[in-house]
Amino acid sequence: MTAHAQDRLPLAEPLHGTVTLVRSVRHTLRRRVVLVSVVLAVILLGLFVAGMAVGDYPISLQQLFASLTGRGTRATNFIVYDLRLPRVVTGMTIGVCFGMSGAIFQSMIKNPLASPDIIGITSGASASAVVAILVLGLGGFAVSGVSLVGALLTAGLIYGLAWRKGLAGYRLVLVGIGIAAMLASLIDYLMTRAEVNDAQVALLWLTGSLNGASTAKMVPLLVLTAIIVPITLWAGSALSGLQLGDDTAKSVGIRVELTRLLLIVFGVALAAIATAAAGPVGFVAFVSGPIARRLTRGTGVALVPAALVGAVVVSAADFIGQHALPMQLPVGVLTAAVGAPYLIYLLIVSNRVGNGG
Amino acid sequence: MTVVALEVPVEIPPAVQHTLSAVDLDLGYGERQIVHSLSVNIPTGQVSVIIGANGCGKSTLLRGLARLINPSGGRVLLDGRSIATLPSKEVAKIMGLLPQAPTAPEGITVADLVGRGRYPHQGWFRRWTADDDRAVAEALAATDIVELAGRPIEEMSGGQRQRVWIAMALAQETDLLLLDEPTTYLDLTHQVEVLDLLTDLNRRRGTTIVIVMHDLNLAARYADHLIAMCDGQIVAQGKPAEVVTAETVDRVFGMQARIITDPVSETPMIIPIGRHHCDDGAGSDGLR
Amino acid sequence: MTTVTVAGTTEQPAVGSAWRRWSLRLIGLVVAVGIVAVLCFLSIAIGTRSISLDTTFQALVAYDAQSTDHLVILNYRIPRTVLGLMVGAALGLAGAVMQGVTRNPLADPGILGVNSGAALFVVLAIAVFHITTVLGYVWFAFLGAGVAAVIVYSVAALGREGATPIKLALAGAAVTAAFGAVTTSFLLFNQSTFDQFRFWQVGALAGRDIAVAAQVGPFLAVGAVLALLLGRALNTLSLGEDVATALGSNVALNRALAAAAVVLLCGAATAACGPIGFIGLTIPHVARMITGPDYRWILPYSMVLAPILLLSADIVGRVIAPPGEVQVAIVTAVIGAPVFIALVRRRKLADL
Repeated sequence: MTAHAQDRLPLAEPLHGTVTLVRSVRHTLRRRVVLVSVVLAVILLGLFVAGMAVGDYPISLQQLFASLTGRGTRATNFIVYDLRLPRVVTGMTIGVCFGMSGAIFQSMIKNPLASPDIIGITSGASASAVVAILVLGLGGFAVSGVSLVGALLTAGLIYGLAWRKGLAGYRLVLVGIGIAAMLASLIDYLMTRAEVNDAQVALLWLTGSLNGASTAKMVPLLVLTAIIVPITLWAGSALSGLQLGDDTAKSVGIRVELTRLLLIVFGVALAAIATAAAGPVGFVAFVSGPIARRLTRGTGVALVPAALVGAVVVSAADFIGQHALPMQLPVGVLTAAVGAPYLIYLLIVSNRVGNGG
Repeated sequence: MTVVALEVPVEIPPAVQHTLSAVDLDLGYGERQIVHSLSVNIPTGQVSVIIGANGCGKSTLLRGLARLINPSGGRVLLDGRSIATLPSKEVAKIMGLLPQAPTAPEGITVADLVGRGRYPHQGWFRRWTADDDRAVAEALAATDIVELAGRPIEEMSGGQRQRVWIAMALAQETDLLLLDEPTTYLDLTHQVEVLDLLTDLNRRRGTTIVIVMHDLNLAARYADHLIAMCDGQIVAQGKPAEVVTAETVDRVFGMQARIITDPVSETPMIIPIGRHHCDDGAGSDGLR
Repeated sequence: MTTVTVAGTTEQPAVGSAWRRWSLRLIGLVVAVGIVAVLCFLSIAIGTRSISLDTTFQALVAYDAQSTDHLVILNYRIPRTVLGLMVGAALGLAGAVMQGVTRNPLADPGILGVNSGAALFVVLAIAVFHITTVLGYVWFAFLGAGVAAVIVYSVAALGREGATPIKLALAGAAVTAAFGAVTTSFLLFNQSTFDQFRFWQVGALAGRDIAVAAQVGPFLAVGAVLALLLGRALNTLSLGEDVATALGSNVALNRALAAAAVVLLCGAATAACGPIGFIGLTIPHVARMITGPDYRWILPYSMVLAPILLLSADIVGRVIAPPGEVQVAIVTAVIGAPVFIALVRRRKLADL
């Protein structure tokens, strides 16, 4: 047994100063993360209010507050609860899911090009959705359901093909690329064979859009997210150990293989449910992690900040797409417009971007 | 640079004696088997040093003992129980490893990295306790890197970086400490400092220490128990005075050498004989 | 002086095994070229319209402008075979160069934004300039590819370290996403544009006559020569910037030349046939599996293996869904991916 603090006499002075120093270094890092998270949460709140209040029928803050606390008029309630709340909440939730999923994959695969998109998970969701729309003629909630099933089946297929006495990271990625290519070609095939009207509907889905957000879709999304996110945060606490390399991680007692597997499963699940809800909203998964790391200036994987960044990006993108332009654009178009310039700015400003490479 | 020794005026309970041994161990990577049917008892509470030529399997043996590699045959026993059956965190509280060429994420601060060594002592969600802070502080003080605590690791020199990694292993507060070439990138001053530090740890807390090293003379000086390997087998083990002979050096390294007694530490000292500096018999003790 | 014999290995005469390796690789390359030749012939002989081998042969040696069969062969099959050869070789080479320069096994030529730039400019051609012919698209696509690549490279080259692999990858992703967003906006609001674009968007060898090949040919040739000459430079770059500079290699220049080669090759290929994915990303891995990490061999092997896949896919696409055809980009992924996955499972694919 190692010596416990209770067994020792009060620390000698030189050591006491060092303990204080250690504690202050740790708190500085933690403070930064907390500060960034709080600021992002405040921005998110602002975007929530903006998303709810602005629109064809503007709602004042008092009306909004009244509605949310159950004292609104029927008209305001309709606008708030049936039209806007699903859209805004869905947007933030998928931002959280994509942001966390991207951060996890980038940290584990240690390749800045890695994201759930490239390794085939969202392709499975997309392909199933396109089949549902163009072949089965489904719409709305059914498409989301099919897409979720498709994503999970695809993930299972990729995992099964990549497993060979263990899960080597690169094998997973390469198999994912192969599967993604096949699914992309299936999508292409269907898009060129369908009626142009239907194909355009499918295109909208493939871009990522919150137009179809509804309470029916929002509730399952929230439930699933509420279950998976805490578990992911728990497993993610091992990510800081995994960053030190397999040998060191094992020597401090981390079960490397098991932890990686769990994290992959959760990362996939998050990407799958988000894609099922609103389509493969591009770029969020890719860019949330680097932005979060840049903001917290830390080296942990910063899952909570990444989730919040994702939510902010999606909410801001949808708000701009809905209200700030002469025509209405789906969120998938705007996330690239919001995310890409910031990424380029990061590249210009610093020379230490990304994780690995 | 002076080393801050642990001047804590308190009774330090001795480390619980854990035993580490291997029985008929076969280790390798894929089809390449490197260690063959190796059995060894690591003497508890002593400093053991494993030496051997490049590729003889010493790092592989160490990694096998630290359960980083699964043996293809035989077992590693910790306290008489097969290490493969013990939970990872329990093992990590007892045995720590400093691997060769460890990787650190960009931008991590020294204190943060050393703090990662506390992982096995922390529960879910890594709650930090005063005990953790104390362990980190002690580790920083012992390796003399306190003033570097807030700096990112990229700014460290090779020697400083090595000391940070050693501090991390120290923060883990284990009773067994395995180190894979901890002194390879250090200058002589720091090599001796690190080895003195490890000796301190051994003498004061009874930590069992196993080091893989290249420097034969330092190995002979600091080891209580020396293990010489060649081709995945142990060819000699025991006290340095018994193991370090001209024949063993020749067998393990394929090198001619003269063995004299180190005038400072009274341990065997190896004087290598190469092509240009040859032994032509001048002086009975070889000193020029 | 005694020497240590480490059990298990014996010294092999270095010269002999190197020579053997070299000649084995050469033989492999020749065999691959032979396969390509066979596929070329099959590509000319097989199609939705069944033409006997005899007639095919006649068309090649004694062309008769009156015969419909001969017309089909000259105007449809030969152009697409030629294009398949050229585009395949270009994409394979571009992919290998891209992976060598970025030291990233996930890199494909699209990383420089080439595909998204081409797509955007084609959409502009359709929507703004009302161009409807493939030949008309070629120049727009090429221009778009070039513009995107220049933007990506310039952004990546800002800052102290120049266009490091990471910055190239990230800049490319950013520009691709940005261009893609603009393209999608056009498509969502303009149905007739979308209706035309969605066919160009799926890469195909069909519907292009020999004029297209003639137009992009010179660019492909220059790009190919440039790429093949970069073999040694890529080997040096793979050792890292520090070692490469210490060995006397001009890192910045080599990167720029490599980027230029990729733009020429991939830009021209996409301009001619639309975006064909998968080849640039996966063929270099296969080539590397055969040859090991020497880019002087990976490049020619990629150049030869890629047309094998592309031509096979084209031939299959012609016969698999009569009376119509399936575009080559689709078939390439459908037959290439399982093969690729099988290889990934069977062998340990090198990281680089």
